[in-house]
Amino acid sequence: MSLYFLCFVLFCVGLYCVLRKRNIIKIIIGLAIIEYAVNLFFILAGYRTNGRAPILAKDQEVLNMVDPLSQAVVLTTIVIGMAVTVVAVSLAIRIYEKYGTFDITKIRRLRG
Amino acid sequence: MELHLILLFMIIAGIVAVEARDLISSVISLSAAGLGLCLAFLILKAPNLAITQLVVEILCVIILIRATINKDLPLVRDGRWLFNTISTVLFVVCFLAFAYFALKELPNFGEPIMRVSGEYIANSLEKTGSSNIVTAIALNFRGYDALGEAAVLFAAIIGVLAITRKSGRVNEK
Amino acid sequence: MKNNQIGMSLIVKTVTRLTVGLMLVYGIYIVLQGHISPGGGFAGGVIIALSFIQLMLAFGKGAVLKKLGREKCIFLSGLAAFVFLLLAVRGFVARHALGFQEGHSGIFSAGLIPFCDIAVSILVASGLFVIFLALVLLTEEQE
Repeated sequence: MSLYFLCFVLFCVGLYCVLRKRNIIKIIIGLAIIEYAVNLFFILAGYRTNGRAPILAKDQEVLNMVDPLSQAVVLTTIVIGMAVTVVAVSLAIRIYEKYGTFDITKIRRLRG
Repeated sequence: MELHLILLFMIIAGIVAVEARDLISSVISLSAAGLGLCLAFLILKAPNLAITQLVVEILCVIILIRATINKDLPLVRDGRWLFNTISTVLFVVCFLAFAYFALKELPNFGEPIMRVSGEYIANSLEKTGSSNIVTAIALNFRGYDALGEAAVLFAAIIGVLAITRKSGRVNEK
Repeated sequence: MKNNQIGMSLIVKTVTRLTVGLMLVYGIYIVLQGHISPGGGFAGGVIIALSFIQLMLAFGKGAVLKKLGREKCIFLSGLAAFVFLLLAVRGFVARHALGFQEGHSGIFSAGLIPFCDIAVSILVASGLFVIFLALVLLTEEQE
């Protein structure tokens, strides 16, 4: 229970960064922290105490494994999170090239 | 016990990444948080994810550093800074309070309800023939999710190539 | 990064000559035994892309762009995505299974999973290399 709560505190650190910072790169860093927290929460929810990793060795019984379905889902999510970060960084580079700054308040005022 | 320590380390690295002055320090402590997450995946018995998280996080940090070096920004505090900060902190505290009451409804840590996964584990070797259950689920039982992920990756590649294209820049000044 | 035609210092170049082949082979190893041990197509593809990125960072962009230019990488990623789509559609319309079906826990087992792993790894590797090329060449034009 306290582990779930610490995971949410990590999510809130990232959320504070996305809401309050003015530099686009800091916002992207906050987005990455949010993504780490969500992936960790999925795997925490599927853990079994004294479980085994979900890999079958030769002639071994299948009892007492941790949840493999949440691991398969998070495998997909990590790669998609990387794709989102890469596209956001390329947008940020384009914005710097066009406006000369990373500040989000100044981007609203300039026209060009 | 170790999980609590690793989560505390990740929270401290996250706070340092948010509040640091220059961008290089932020990116490096983000990388520290990512490596802490890889350790947490190893302790939670998920070796497939630890490998993937490690290499993906290294690549993200390379792209972040390579693309944003030499482009710093000094910190500016204009008016209404105090009001903005206090309202954001109040919102975060409210969110955490509601999350605390909601998290009590989850099953205890360490006792998952594995209704669907029980059947996947029992039938994996005879139906798919692979020993790695996570790969069997991600590419055989749920193979169309992998197709969707390949589609998202492809869209991201095309998106980056379209954003950084040279022929669109006609009038620059 | 100003004189990128020359690359990095001598120590980095020597260490890169020794290790970049090992990185490529390790990436292919992780892809091929994805159904026996932890690994899989996505992690292996990223490791293969990282080996090419290491080569390009150490020796400058001229060393890699001659052999593996931008057009070739875009073509490779499109081809791998198309092959994966063909495998998926064939599984949708066909009746019987396709792929390796002999024995358990060998490397030639587990049906279609090795083919899917190889297609996904080529897609991820060439796609990530193209993204890195696009971002790096764009930031170089600004200087």
